[in-house]
Amino acid sequence: MAILNVKPTRMELTTIRKRLATAKRGHKLLKDKQDELMRRFIEMIRKNKALRMEVEKELHEAFQEFLLASAVMSPELLKQAVSFPKESISVEIKRKNIMSVNVPAMNFIRKLEGDEGSIYPYGFVQTSSELDDAIAKLYGILPKLLELAEIEKATQLMADEIEKTRRRVNALEYRTIPDLEDTIRFIRMKLDENERSSITRLMKVKDLIQKEA
Amino acid sequence: MIYMYKVAVVGDKDSILGFKALGIDVFPVIEKDEARRVVDTLARDKYGIIFITEQTASLIPDTIERYNNQMLPAVILIPSNQGTLNIGMDMINKNVEKAVGTNIL
Repeated sequence: MAILNVKPTRMELTTIRKRLATAKRGHKLLKDKQDELMRRFIEMIRKNKALRMEVEKELHEAFQEFLLASAVMSPELLKQAVSFPKESISVEIKRKNIMSVNVPAMNFIRKLEGDEGSIYPYGFVQTSSELDDAIAKLYGILPKLLELAEIEKATQLMADEIEKTRRRVNALEYRTIPDLEDTIRFIRMKLDENERSSITRLMKVKDLIQKEA
Repeated sequence: MIYMYKVAVVGDKDSILGFKALGIDVFPVIEKDEARRVVDTLARDKYGIIFITEQTASLIPDTIERYNNQMLPAVILIPSNQGTLNIGMDMINKNVEKAVGTNIL
């Protein structure tokens, strides 16, 4: 129990009552926000986890194939083969608002959209078919990888926001609101006490006056 | 607000060479300071997504951490050709713990 440092006057009582009403409303709103954020977060984090597992597995396979390719070909040739890519990937990022958390909404733009057959930036004479396989595989993973980027960033940002909201909710619920309620009770008691003491004083004075008369 | 951002991959040379063929900019790094400098430069330089191999990321956890609570760039860990160190998974689990309080997955 902690009482705010205020003078027990009627005016303070009104202000604190108003503050309590605001705090209660804020608490309810924040609590709702937290619940909804949590629901979305859990939905997303499950997807995130599944996606990451998938991507890691497939990337691992792709790397293995790439390793094979680099074993078959000479390092210089390999480097030469991949160093002038035909494809170019950029990403268009918009803001998306999930419960007041700004998360990126990513949209990928491939220069060779719809022309997946010609992603290989080299002639087929000096390169091995292993390299073709490795690159095709990597190219196939790309959409998932980009989706992972989007969802993982979103969950990171949401986790931060949930933590912040939870702290606010708790601060209001366990500190601000009880303190205000205690203070209101304290002021009311004090005012009542004052009233009683003035009544007794009046009665006493009345008695005195009656005795005199 | 729509901007065009670029995509980058940071890591050891052997792991990331394949991404070059797909038109993603690759930045081979070996040392810790080099990695930190590259990531910071990329973040300033209109890169929206930075994929970084876990091996490289494990050298510079504080730098990765710094970009985690900004909207952009998204720094995403990927396994390298030596397999995964499970840092990416750990980060997901850490996020769950941070948000929910316990690991519910």
